[in-house]
Amino acid sequence: MSDVYIVGIDMITFGRYPDRTVPSLAAEAALMALDDSGLSIRDMQALYCGNLGQASGMVGQRMLAEIGQTGIPVTNVANACATGATAFRDAWMAVKAGVYDTVLAVGVEQMGKGLLGGGSGGPSTEGLIGSGTMPAMFSHIGMEHTKRYGTTFEQFARVSVKNHHHSTMNPKSMYRKETPLEMVMNAEMIAYPNTKLMCSVNVDGSAAAVLVSEQKMKQLGLSARAIKVRASEMSSNPFEERQMAMPDFSSATRIAAARAYERAGLGPEDIDLVELHDCFATAEIVHYENLGLCADGEAGRLIDDGDTALGGRVPVNVSGGLLSKGHPLGATGIANIYEVSTHLRGEAGERQVEGARIGLTHVVGGGPGMGTACGIHILEKA
Amino acid sequence: MTAETETPIESGAEPLVPFLKTGDNGPYLAGSKCGACGHVFVGERTVCAKCSARDRMEAVHLSETGKLYDFTVVHRSFPGVDTPFVDAIVDLDDGAHIKGTLLDVDPDPESIAFDMPVKIVYREAEPVNKAGTPYLTYFFVPAG
Repeated sequence: MSDVYIVGIDMITFGRYPDRTVPSLAAEAALMALDDSGLSIRDMQALYCGNLGQASGMVGQRMLAEIGQTGIPVTNVANACATGATAFRDAWMAVKAGVYDTVLAVGVEQMGKGLLGGGSGGPSTEGLIGSGTMPAMFSHIGMEHTKRYGTTFEQFARVSVKNHHHSTMNPKSMYRKETPLEMVMNAEMIAYPNTKLMCSVNVDGSAAAVLVSEQKMKQLGLSARAIKVRASEMSSNPFEERQMAMPDFSSATRIAAARAYERAGLGPEDIDLVELHDCFATAEIVHYENLGLCADGEAGRLIDDGDTALGGRVPVNVSGGLLSKGHPLGATGIANIYEVSTHLRGEAGERQVEGARIGLTHVVGGGPGMGTACGIHILEKA
Repeated sequence: MTAETETPIESGAEPLVPFLKTGDNGPYLAGSKCGACGHVFVGERTVCAKCSARDRMEAVHLSETGKLYDFTVVHRSFPGVDTPFVDAIVDLDDGAHIKGTLLDVDPDPESIAFDMPVKIVYREAEPVNKAGTPYLTYFFVPAG
């Protein structure tokens, strides 16, 4: 089976675009990624399009109506917060399997403001049987970490300070503002220990990637800026004792991470930078351990010591992360791959992780009573 | 919380969730115990998600006492929902795990202890989207 390479990748600046349509946002990123590769939509043999909000709306076909209808197969994908990563992985598998040698993956989302979660018809259980909100769900995993290891509110808050700082160097981030520790800790409490500044930002966004086979990359002469996909892995939630009461995001992440490291023949110590799923500050802390960046129980120390800040041992979410760059659900999984690819290409400007050779991206999502979807990619400069 | 009344054994209100049942001896929470691996689930089911055994499920009444495994204090919820409230994950004494709202505690993380004993009480309450219509639901309260 051929190795698979990214030869074009880009994302739009995340923000709020209420006057745009979902297909037009997708089209913008698709054209940017095509331009980055120097190829045309007429060169693409298949399209994999990720979107949640209009999952039954044939977003991929409507996007092609805006940039060129060539009759190629379109697969529309919805998979919670792993939607973009799933579309990318489907594209990767198609090339890996040898069915196609040049394909396009797109992730897109247009979101409103406010709380996500809850609301499935019938009488609401909100407040009466706990909370169905996303912040409550992810605060539970933080509090579980506190129970096990004594992790503090301040340590969780430091994640947000770090990622907001990183975003000041990313022109494509929704927010680019410093948020000192006192500001983060004194912001409106949403669900303890996550304050408003420790919750990811609902934004509109899109990202896209062009994937080709090794032979095609050489034939097109696109090796210079190509990124090799060393591993593309997914998982769903295995059985966990408390899964009906509190969704589990750790087990799925650990399964996908173990498979990805094995597939790449690498370990956590080989990773130069990570974009992980910081939908809430509490989530970033537990994923340090889930991804093997430190031993269990050491995540609090990792953030305290600055190991995961730009310039540290393994910088995490140098883009600003979901907390500041923003979290357009279906786009996030490809936007993370864009960020790591940009560093591997040495094109990340003032936030560049110096000498970055190998990077890892991680997304994981789901909801109460539903389940979990996790996607992990390991990327290397070709 | 709003519109609660004490344990309505003879409540005519509709249960808020399907696994809350009204029996001759008052309300109870319905569970399922796997005859193969012993895991206890909240609600009725026929296949075990843990060991994949089929048709080994036995219907049980869930324990009404347990320990506070984990919690968060919710300050921002959907419009109309009273806050703050304590969203709790409880390990029941029979091994089942269940989510609910913990009442009768100060909604301050410093004053809530992990693993504190709790018990289940049944009360009527109005869902935020059904004003004027009480439903039968369950809550946790500190035990002992």
